[in-house]
Order: sequence, then C-alpha cells, then structure tokens
Amino acid sequence: MKHTIAVLVNDQPGVLQRVSGLFGRRGFNIESITVGQSEEVGLSRMVIVTLGDQSTLEQIEKQLYKLIDVIKVVDLGSRPMVARELALIKVKSEPAERPEIMGVIETFRASVVDIGSTSLLVQAVGDTQKIDAMIELLKPYGIKELSRTGVTAMIRGNG
Amino acid sequence: MSAQIPEVRSTEELREKWNKPEVISGSEILLRSLVLEGVDTVFGYPGGAVLYIYDALHGFTDFKHILTRHEQGAIHAADGYARASGKAGVCIATSGPGATNLVTGIATAFMDSVPLVVITGNVFSTLIGTDAFQEADITGITMPITKHSYLVRDVEDLPRVIHEAFHIANTGRKGPVLVDIPKDVSAAKTLFTPVTTVNLRGYNPRTVPNKLQLDKLVRAIAVAERPIIIAGGGVIYSGAHEAMFEFVKKTDIPITTTLLGLGCFPSAEDLWMGMPGMHGTYTANNAIQQCDLLINIGARFDDRVTGKLDGFAPKAKIVHIDIDPAEIGKNVSPDIPIVGDVKTVLEMLIPEVGRATKADAWRTTIAQWKQDQPLRYKDSETELKPQWVIEMINETTKGEAIVTTDVGQHQMWAAQYYKFNKPRSWITSGGLGTMGFGFPSAIGAQMAFPERLVVSINGDGGMQMCSQELAICAINNIPVKIVVINNQVLGMVRQWQNLIYEKRYSYTDLGGSPDFVKLAEAYGVKGLRATNKAEANAAWQEALETPGPVLVEFVVPKDENVYPMVTQGSTIDNMLMGDE
Repeated sequence: MKHTIAVLVNDQPGVLQRVSGLFGRRGFNIESITVGQSEEVGLSRMVIVTLGDQSTLEQIEKQLYKLIDVIKVVDLGSRPMVARELALIKVKSEPAERPEIMGVIETFRASVVDIGSTSLLVQAVGDTQKIDAMIELLKPYGIKELSRTGVTAMIRGNG
Repeated sequence: MSAQIPEVRSTEELREKWNKPEVISGSEILLRSLVLEGVDTVFGYPGGAVLYIYDALHGFTDFKHILTRHEQGAIHAADGYARASGKAGVCIATSGPGATNLVTGIATAFMDSVPLVVITGNVFSTLIGTDAFQEADITGITMPITKHSYLVRDVEDLPRVIHEAFHIANTGRKGPVLVDIPKDVSAAKTLFTPVTTVNLRGYNPRTVPNKLQLDKLVRAIAVAERPIIIAGGGVIYSGAHEAMFEFVKKTDIPITTTLLGLGCFPSAEDLWMGMPGMHGTYTANNAIQQCDLLINIGARFDDRVTGKLDGFAPKAKIVHIDIDPAEIGKNVSPDIPIVGDVKTVLEMLIPEVGRATKADAWRTTIAQWKQDQPLRYKDSETELKPQWVIEMINETTKGEAIVTTDVGQHQMWAAQYYKFNKPRSWITSGGLGTMGFGFPSAIGAQMAFPERLVVSINGDGGMQMCSQELAICAINNIPVKIVVINNQVLGMVRQWQNLIYEKRYSYTDLGGSPDFVKLAEAYGVKGLRATNKAEANAAWQEALETPGPVLVEFVVPKDENVYPMVTQGSTIDNMLMGDE
C-alpha cells in the first residue's frame, strides 16, 4: 500500500542523509522524496511516498521520530490531502506533429514551456496518476528526456 | 587494590573554577565543558587532528586521561565505564584511522543502548571533502550506529553541542553521540559561556506511561494463571532494580532476565528462572512458551531471546514496557503496549497491583522445572571444565564482583554460572557480540570503581583482539583480574560446526596463540596458568590476593559445548540439553 508522509526536520547539513539512510538500512521503500523550505525559518519539510503495510508505516513513523532532527511526522494519507508533482517532458516533435501533441497537452492542462526545432518541452502539474497517463500518451511521439519532482502534498482544509 | 590514578577534585569545586566566562580556545572549551558535565575519566589516543586538544590536556588534571594502546581499547573502556557507573563514557580519537578505529565500539554501545560521548578530531574545515591526509567522513560513517552526531563547524557552537551530546546520550533510550571537531575549530578562540539548558524540539523522550494501559496490565495480572516477566537491560539503565524487586515480590510472578538484564533481579530468589533464549534455561524457555501473560520490561525481543518468532509465546497475552516507542511492535506485536521509563512505570504500578492469585499451580510447575532441569555439565577430575572455573570464580567472589566478558562460549557460561545479585555488575556485548570487548571494558569498569573487584572473563580468541591494553593495566596499576578460558579454539563457532556443520572445523583452530602468561609478563602484568582444579584454586587465590592486575589462564578442553542450546529457526522450547 502506498503512503504519503510529511516530515518536518531541522534544516541542518546531513539531515537528508539521516532520513534517507534510515529508510535504506531498515529496508523501508522510498518511491519519491521531496525536500524544501517550510513555513518556519530553519525547518524544512520532506514529503516521502513509500510502500508498505500498516505496521511498516508505524515503524517508519516511530523510527523517524528517533532522529533528533525530526520535529514532526504526519501521515498525510490519514486525511483527505492534495498531492501534486511536476514533470518536465521533452517530446520529439517535428513541426507537422505539433498540433496533435498540443491537443494532448491541452487536454491535460499542461503547458509548453519551450519549443525546439524538433522537440517540445512540456510542463505538467498534477497527481501522480495524471502525470503517468500523460506520459503514456506522449510516448508514441518519442520522449527524449523526462524529469519528475516527486510528490509534494498537504492536508486539505484549515487543519 | 585501588588504581594508582591521581584523585580529581570534587565536581562542585571544579564547576566553580570553570564556570566563569572567558576567552579560550575550542580545545579548552571542550575540556571545561567535559568537567562541567561531571566527567572524571576520559580514554583517548592522540593524533594530528586532535593536537590542539591534547595540547590543552597537557598538565590538565581536572579529569583523568587514560592513554590506551588502540582507539578500540579506548572506546570499549569508555563503554565499560558507562555500563558500570551509569554515567556517559567519554573517549577521544584523531581523524581518519583514529575515528574509524572507534566504529566497532560505537556500534557495540549503540546496540546495547550505552551512553557514550565520542569526540573525534577532523581535518581543517577548509580541507573537509578534499580527501585530505587522515580525512574520513566519520559523521557519515557512523550515522547508522549513533543516537546522534555533530560536525562542529563553528567554535561558538561547541559549548551547546557538548551539553546537548551528554543530554542526548544519557536520557531516553541511551546511546552513543559523536562530536566531530575540525582542527581549526579546536584552535579557534571565543568567549566561553557555559551552557546549562537544552532546547531540542525534536527530542522529548516520553517517560510517563499512559494510565489506561497500566490499568489494563493490573487487570491482566489479576486474572493470569501463568504469568511471567522478562526483564532486560532497560531495568538496569533506568535504575529500576529496587522497583523491579518490589514489583516481583508484590505480584509473586516468576521472572527471567535477559543477557543484558542479568543483575536486575537477585539470582538467589526462588522466582528467578535464569536467562531465556538460545542458551537460556529449560525453565525460562518453557515458561515463555507456556505462559498466558508475558510482561516484557525493558527488553527488546531480540532474535536470540525469541527464537523462531512465529512460535514465540504462542499462548500469551503480551505486555511490552519500553522507553523507545519504536521497539514496541518492531518484532512482537503486544496486546498492551506501555511506552515509558521502566522505573516510572514500575513505581506507578506497584501501588496498584496485587499478588497474582490464580498462579499458584504455575509457581509449583516452575519450581519443579527448576529442580528437575537445572543448568548442568559433566564435571571431570582430570580436566578443567570451563563451567567449573566460572562456578569457582562465583563462589570465591560471592557474586559481588563486576564481571565483564568477551563474546562466545565463555560469555554464555559466565552468564549461566555466575550468580548476579546487583545491577551494573555484568558487562557484556549482547547486541553486537563484539570480540575484543571483554578486557578493555573491564579497565573502564575498574576506573569507575577503583575499590571494587573487577573480573574480566575472556576466551583465547577475544583476548588476542585487544590484548595490547595490558600495557595500561600495568602502567596505571589498574587491578583487573583477567581470566583467559583457553580451549585453543574459537569455541562458539566450533560448537556450531560441531552440531550443525557436521564437524567440519573450518578455521576455528587457534593453535599458535601466544603463551598468555608470558604475554602478560611482557607487559609487566603478573601471569598465572592452571590446568587442573588444584592449580586453578591456587592460581585464582593468588590472583585475588595480588593487589595489581593479574592474568590467569585456565586451560580447558576444546570439545565442551554450551547447553542448553536452541538451534536457529526453532522455537525456544526445542532445546538440546547436552545429555542426549
């Protein structure tokens, strides 16, 4: 089962290594990990997507809390959340193919951020399934390069 | 028999002396901070990156510094000091190889939750990351085996870091904390203001348990027909042995103590069942498998205790009391989880619990098992049996010595046949199983308690892994009684080869080992040898009467195995008893 957890950490050198190392040595899976500033100076927020059963998730949370630099761990999946990732996709595109590809892009409310003589650079934002679907549709044209940020997420509402 | 080490002044006096704000170097800040943390003994080894620190140590007399002969000796000694005293052990090593030589010792302490503050030097900040001479990323290397670590990049941070390091090491679930200090930081000067408060948002160990869970446990005890307690190292680490005794006496529940829990409950008591697990007693292992209520107090359901996890305590309602929430549910999923400090938990429980009244038939069964299936071995009048040697040491020291061991057969025999009465009197590497630990850890224990009798029991294999520290015993007159149970083989590995690998004794013959008596004498330590009971009695008596360090070698047969034994993959009631 897939879980999305948010980890509030001290913005210290080595903190990413502490967290990712913990996952590695205890055999926890990391599907994606994103890190960036949080709302508080000196703290970063990591959003980690991981696979495992409920007891694995419980161990992940408990083991994370043992790290001194971890302030708070939230299982985002426990409540309704918004989860998004961004993808940059460089698609092969001869000028003649462009209108057709643009059709796909518009359907997904993605945008073209750069145009080369034989390629388009597409930016897509959405949940993982949407990005996956879009990649599938662009594959026949030839994907030259793909870069995804991994998921960042937040609980809905005021809480 | 006290060690000839200069006395340090009282902590209060020293605090007064060093508490004043003053512009000093990072090295002096380190030393003063250690004094202010109450450190009286440091084990270390100098080198390039810690030259400023050792320069500050020149003529510094406000704590003792013991120069070991290997960094591994230093850290195991600091570990022994910490396990014996309950205070954080401290050691210092230089960058690169000095730091990496500490790794085994850090992992040893981490696995057994021993508080250490490990100071390493590093190359100049400007050289970090350049593969400079004697550079190693020791904070990176030790991340999986430290409770926390610091790379100090600014001398201004040093007083706070040292204070936090001691706080983290010796609170909650204890463990080693590494402080890596680049050479320029130990040289830089700043205004030193002692730090006395800790502000760590991400570190708030929970010591007070949930009352609802305690109530559940109280009710479970009242209805249990076959209750038992498994007590582990956590009882000793939280200083809960008196509460443990009271709890057992009040509930009248039989108790087994794990390898690290030995000494947390007096072994002479009728309710004590011995040690559980792979080399546990018949009584303890059968009690676990048949109990209907298993109360784990400060033990972590290690695989050497549980055997095959699927079949572990199949009939029991499981209670797990631990200060580390991550231990609860890690291996065994409890019916009643209790997160808290063991002492706090027991002190809250004692007024609430009563005698387990439905367990009288169970107590009778256990008493019968104890009588019918005691620990046993075939003694000999021609050969010296290792179990007999341990029994002799136990009798002559009345179970009052601090005993340290190395790892292997002798360790298990010591755990089985030495009868512990007090906490912090048994020092052994349980989790990591570190050979080479037994002897240097005894030096640390003796430094913590110069007046107590410290006996270090080793095999001929492990003794050779840190024997160089004989030098510091001789130089400082540290009166450890060093026992070498010499069977000329790597006994425990050979035992497995004997029982499981069809007697293919692959590389477990340690023939060609040195003459241990001469080895001791080469360092200026008295050496004695015994090959039969009469010699053993005489040699051991001479050792006890000698004021300084003594090494006694007991020559024993190589074919003796440790029993009972649960083979890997079996449930713990499947025991080889050795007399099949």
